[in-house]
Amino acid sequence: MLQILFDALSLGSLYALGALGIALIFGVMRLVNFAHGDVIAFCVFALLWPSTDAMAIVFAGQLPWYLLVPFVLLCGAGLSVLCEIVVFRRFRTGNPATMMIASFALGFVIRYFLLMLFSSRPKSINLLPELSQPIEIFGARLPLLQLITIIVTMLILLGLTLFLRRTRFGLEMRAAAENFSMARMLGVRANRVIMGAFALSGALAGAIALIFGIQTGTADIQMGAAIMLMAFIATVIGGLGSLAGAVLAGFLLGAASVIMQVMLPIDARPFRDAFVYGAVILVLLFRPQGLISARGTKERV
Amino acid sequence: MSLLALSDITVRYNRLTAVRDVSFSIDEGEILFITGPNGAGKSSLLRAIAGVTPVAGGRIDLAGHEITGQAPENIARLGFSMVPEGRDVFGSLTTEENLLVGTGMHARDRGWRSRTAGELEAVYATFPMLKERRHGQAGLLSGGQQQMLVIGRALMTNPRLVAIDEPSLGLAPNINDQVYERLIALRAQRQLTLLIVEQSSARAMMVGGRMILMRGGQIVLDGDARTLGSGEAIQAAYFGYEDH
Repeated sequence: MLQILFDALSLGSLYALGALGIALIFGVMRLVNFAHGDVIAFCVFALLWPSTDAMAIVFAGQLPWYLLVPFVLLCGAGLSVLCEIVVFRRFRTGNPATMMIASFALGFVIRYFLLMLFSSRPKSINLLPELSQPIEIFGARLPLLQLITIIVTMLILLGLTLFLRRTRFGLEMRAAAENFSMARMLGVRANRVIMGAFALSGALAGAIALIFGIQTGTADIQMGAAIMLMAFIATVIGGLGSLAGAVLAGFLLGAASVIMQVMLPIDARPFRDAFVYGAVILVLLFRPQGLISARGTKERV
Repeated sequence: MSLLALSDITVRYNRLTAVRDVSFSIDEGEILFITGPNGAGKSSLLRAIAGVTPVAGGRIDLAGHEITGQAPENIARLGFSMVPEGRDVFGSLTTEENLLVGTGMHARDRGWRSRTAGELEAVYATFPMLKERRHGQAGLLSGGQQQMLVIGRALMTNPRLVAIDEPSLGLAPNINDQVYERLIALRAQRQLTLLIVEQSSARAMMVGGRMILMRGGQIVLDGDARTLGSGEAIQAAYFGYEDH
């Protein structure tokens, strides 16, 4: 029982962090950033030395954890901000569909860049092996990593909430997310807020990359796409633009996946994802605006 | 020298020309009403000054700087504060947070923190009900309270010129009177320059000051509100009749 709970929470954590990264950017510039998943993949590969060999040459990944973590977060934030400056800034006044297509294209550029440097074969990496040790809590044996994932996610969520609620930059970001042009008329600098959102989103991608990389022990250029899909669904269910909704929906999706894995009859288990997506459709049928609708995206009447 | 000067401003939305070759200027301390029927281009003109709608032609100067084509956040820094139509309260933020959004641009100035606190108290003194609801969600305030909040929010930026787009929209007449009462008092208190857009000229006649009447994207009348308002010229201009 405890095992299921922890599985659900740790999977949900990944989805929630991913959804948050998408919702943050959607909030300030109405962009669904499909390149987000590839930023995640980039962060994992940032730990390796470029080579097309089957064997991974771990490079930055050998750093001790207190250097490794900031390094990955910075990689994510840096790439994300770079994407904003080089690509998204040009499309800011364009329509949202154009920006979305641009984000698709950018995602492919990043993915093929990785492909060129590292080849498409998944590589096995062994990061911070000490985290894979199981520990015993209340009679259940859990991988230490799962516990750390959950704790770290909670800390990130808490930190982000404090940042948004208590700092001036957070205030400006929330104002901009709700009504961008009004915020600008009050002197809020558009570039600063958008770059801030991209940096945060990129750092979140870095966090996911670390957790996922350690968890699966592989570096795969496709790995971001899998999380990205779930994270995107979570942002939609949560109500596009609503950060709390994205987090909530992320955890719900994680829980749904794990619970169905356990509860479904053995024969149906291979089709688990179909059931999860079915549940998604049901939720959207009853709440098309998402669980928590973001006020800022409402049409004015 | 005038605080704000527009010369030959044209605003287009695709092929629709909303404002055509409009020129006028406002002196420091002046109160100027821009009136005119729906679709006269009043709001487009304000949005163009604020920098949120691009200008297709002409030149705008504010406080000695050319601001044509500048970003809204830079125009705000020169002392132009806008209260847009429909108020645009940040509904998910608290009342106090709404008031504080616009204070960040002076955050590097010396004594900013104490001045912001002082401004906040001054706004609360003018609008006591805002203080009562300071930690409540701004989206839950009534229309009149929201109108006061956005005026307060504009004042918090320490502006030289406040532009207000249709403060009467959707407000009961007695609430509207209150809003204007406060506005006039504030103007006297702070030597504010006011640019107010209203559909009807009735308010301009009551308050006094200068009035510009727009129709079809152009200025048709410009003069003293009380003199203009009482004449027949205004009706002719407003409805587009020709004099016989």
